[in-house]
Amino acid sequence: MTNQEALYIYLLRLGDNALINGHRLAEWCSRGPFLEEDLAMTNIALDNIGRSQAFLKYAAAIDGKGKTEDDLAYKRGEREFYNHLITELPIGDFAYTVAKQLIMSCFDVLVFTDLSNSKDETIAGIAAKALKESRYHFVHARDWSYRLGKGTEESHRRYQNAIQDLWMYTGELFEMNEVENILLQEGISNNLQEVRSNWINLIMPILQDSSIRIPTVDYMQTGSCKGIHSEHLGHILSDMQYLQRAYPDAKW
Amino acid sequence: MNTTLDIHSFQEKLDKDYNIEPKDVMPDDYRKHLIRQISQHAHSEVIGMQPEGNWISRAPSLRAKQILLAKIQDEGGHGLYLYSACETLGISRDELIEQLHEGKAKYSNIFNYPSLTWADIGAIGWLVDGAAIVNQVSLQRTSFGPYARAMVRICKEESFHQRQGYEIMATMMNGTKEQREMAQDAMNRWWWPSLMMFGPHDSDSPHSGKAFEWKIKLKSNDELRQKFIDKTVQQAEVIGLTIPDAQLKWNEDKQGYDHGEINWDEFKRVINGNGPCNKQRMDHHKKYHAEGAWVREAAAAYAETISKI
Amino acid sequence: MDTQLALWEVFIQKKSGGDHTHCGSVHASDSAMALQNARDIYTRRNEGSSIWVIPSQFVTASKAEDADMLFDPADDKIYRHPTFYVMPEGAKQI
Repeated sequence: MTNQEALYIYLLRLGDNALINGHRLAEWCSRGPFLEEDLAMTNIALDNIGRSQAFLKYAAAIDGKGKTEDDLAYKRGEREFYNHLITELPIGDFAYTVAKQLIMSCFDVLVFTDLSNSKDETIAGIAAKALKESRYHFVHARDWSYRLGKGTEESHRRYQNAIQDLWMYTGELFEMNEVENILLQEGISNNLQEVRSNWINLIMPILQDSSIRIPTVDYMQTGSCKGIHSEHLGHILSDMQYLQRAYPDAKW
Repeated sequence: MNTTLDIHSFQEKLDKDYNIEPKDVMPDDYRKHLIRQISQHAHSEVIGMQPEGNWISRAPSLRAKQILLAKIQDEGGHGLYLYSACETLGISRDELIEQLHEGKAKYSNIFNYPSLTWADIGAIGWLVDGAAIVNQVSLQRTSFGPYARAMVRICKEESFHQRQGYEIMATMMNGTKEQREMAQDAMNRWWWPSLMMFGPHDSDSPHSGKAFEWKIKLKSNDELRQKFIDKTVQQAEVIGLTIPDAQLKWNEDKQGYDHGEINWDEFKRVINGNGPCNKQRMDHHKKYHAEGAWVREAAAAYAETISKI
Repeated sequence: MDTQLALWEVFIQKKSGGDHTHCGSVHASDSAMALQNARDIYTRRNEGSSIWVIPSQFVTASKAEDADMLFDPADDKIYRHPTFYVMPEGAKQI
């Protein structure tokens, strides 16, 4: 694998994570628990979709085949997507989304802190902007974590279940494979093993302060680094890519 | 308190074009009229999120997805500003939502129509928001202060909505044959309901009398409808869309278009609950309101424990 | 009993150094949420550099019927304004 190929895949992963997460969060629009929260979710979705546009645009440039960010978002198939499995899982109830957001925003804050010092200036630029956004997403998820964890019996039960269900998808976030190793040596990407210990230090106290038991799981799900996903992604794509696929000659 | 004197000063304020503020003394009917009108307006913004929300997941580009999402978010925000304005009249958002769910409060009829293709997103932005903004611009000078201020903010934010809808239509009319057909089809389906948004003809408008006297309403239904038609016909022509009204004709004398008769039977049928999506829209709102209850309870319970307030 | 949570008044400072101006209200259960909701609702278009939120229940407003008693007495105190005073011809403003 050349450095350029590694960079391309890496950018797809950053872009896909944001795209699929944003796509899912946007499902909350008109479905929030109250109007203010509806708007808050939309803001987070918008941050993510904007971020995906920036990463995919850069990926298209690195690819050098004259494609656009939209070509990458709307014309790749299931096996060509590299987003983490957790992002494609359904939004579930509000507790499930808060749990997803806490897990992902803790991860994003740490990753983008590192990447804002990337030797690749374009990545560093996008990461610096993404970091500001993710710090807010983190605060939003953290505060809801406290509210749900310590709110009512029902909210605690729902939130505890969500953390339990999602925990097996967290291992994948820290996997290092050929792509990451090549780029780490170049000073472009970061060491995900280090991120892992920082992530644990960041999320554990929040879960503890939310009266949430830390789950133990026998097995961590994996696959997205090879483009192997859950069944959910195919449905997301058939929905998301419908117009582009049904009218390949049309411009919108 | 001398009530006659208060009403007199209320009237005096109106005569001098001063805003009426929440703490001012006001006739009970004025308050009731405002609650009805502002809450209907707020509910419309919120229910209006649904037909457009139907296309967020399928928006055809990352740019379109962000624009649509930001636009629907604005609608939610506008609903919120309007609920806030209504709350200054001494009614809670809880009660307002309850009135909506019980069918006591209405929302704009237009949102009882389905958004079937991507062109509908263009048509809604261009025609529905276009019609709404004509109405809202005139309401910026409405007599109740919080309502007027909400309108100023809303008009400022809405100015991009109509444009993005028109842009979608223009792009599609510039595209493939299928896209042009899609755009014209959306035009055909949304044109008449958009005209109905302005309400019955002035001669049949039951609530208008007092609303004019109180300066809540400043322009009549027909006046506003005429303004919308004159502005929109030209825009349709520029991009090659046909207005689905064989009787539409420029009238040199009135310097405006004459149009065919609106199907008021359809208007009444939809208002009375028999539009294509009435039940769907209400069920959606009730469902997610009910599903959010445990979240709101949890937040309230947590606030008790930390007693930050 | 259902709840839409407590009502908070929102004040936004557009630019650092300026006044915090009342711009509307939000519903929220605690102060952190009120601040975040105000941010998400009232600063979507770069309208703010600082936000205050205050529980609406703590706002005390003057009554409309007291307006004449409260404010009219200031009408004739024109000596509080610099334009009341005559400057000798040729004297420069400080």
